[in-house]
Amino acid sequence: MEALLIAEKLKERFPEEVLDIKEFRGQVSVTLKKEKIIDILRFLHDDPDLFFDYLVDVCGADYLGKKEKRFEVVYHLYSIKHRHALRIKAEVAGDNPSIDSVVAIWAGANWHEREAYDMFGIVFSGHPDLRRILLPEDWEGYPLRKDYPLQGPEKEWPGFLDVLDRAKKYREFEWHG
Amino acid sequence: MGLITTIETAALIEVEEGTKIMSPNIIVTSLDKIINWGRRSSLWPMTFGLACCAIEMMATYASHNDLDRMGIIPRGSPRQSDFMFIAGTVTKKMSQVVRRVYDQMPEPRYVISVGSCADSGGIFNTYSTVQGCDSFLPVDVYIPGCPPRPEAFIDGIIKLQEKIKAEQFHWSRWR
Repeated sequence: MEALLIAEKLKERFPEEVLDIKEFRGQVSVTLKKEKIIDILRFLHDDPDLFFDYLVDVCGADYLGKKEKRFEVVYHLYSIKHRHALRIKAEVAGDNPSIDSVVAIWAGANWHEREAYDMFGIVFSGHPDLRRILLPEDWEGYPLRKDYPLQGPEKEWPGFLDVLDRAKKYREFEWHG
Repeated sequence: MGLITTIETAALIEVEEGTKIMSPNIIVTSLDKIINWGRRSSLWPMTFGLACCAIEMMATYASHNDLDRMGIIPRGSPRQSDFMFIAGTVTKKMSQVVRRVYDQMPEPRYVISVGSCADSGGIFNTYSTVQGCDSFLPVDVYIPGCPPRPEAFIDGIIKLQEKIKAEQFHWSRWR
């Protein structure tokens, strides 16, 4: 099925939710409101004509100062049976960003959502185990946000300060012959 | 009849500075020289691959470059190692592990920092990367490159061997 037709079908089914449909170089993106994201993705997953059984990717995006709603959560869907693909974008507001988790539909979303949480601080409500996945658990801040300083905040991560302390302390035991 | 014996002159032939040969099985030299010779001739590295430099490190260990001929056999345990390659980008989260592995190595121990990232942080001047692993480890040899070729690895090892060769009274904590 053509991706644009799928997008039209989606708009027919959820006219209130679909905000925008865009095509760029043969790739179709559908922008949605976040409230019914579970229902919409469940429909895309279950409908026999669409049958998006493969969730390629879940990621976050930060449009600080460029969009009214700061974050987007982007889902790349693919149907192995029908060989068609679709991109879904859900808008998420900047204060206490949160969206429903899709782990119940695709179990593979688990670690992707954890990464989006780790890097952007988007809370996926209903996620079975929402912890940081890459950074240390006591890390402060969300590094892929546009307002995060590239070289890190002034306050160094305490775990690394521990290592520096230990290196300094053990220097006197170094054996130089 | 009888044994023919030759009377050897007890002349010492100097083969290099500080090493003399008296007869085929008697060598006179200093303890420093013999210890440093033994130590530098069988350096066992602790394998610590962190990023793309680890791929070059594996290529250096493999048969084409063949580090075994230099007495270098990679070890999987810090307890058996003489030196450690820090091959790749050291993140702050990983620095704890690197330091712990180094602390587990028996003395004498050496560190070779491999590649731009381990030397100085390289292109990753970011929140997550340690700007040079010498901030928490005593590094003996720095190998530049991104990643360095196997020839550079071998050169770094030879530099370390030269360093060990020049050591004096580095026998034990108590002498």
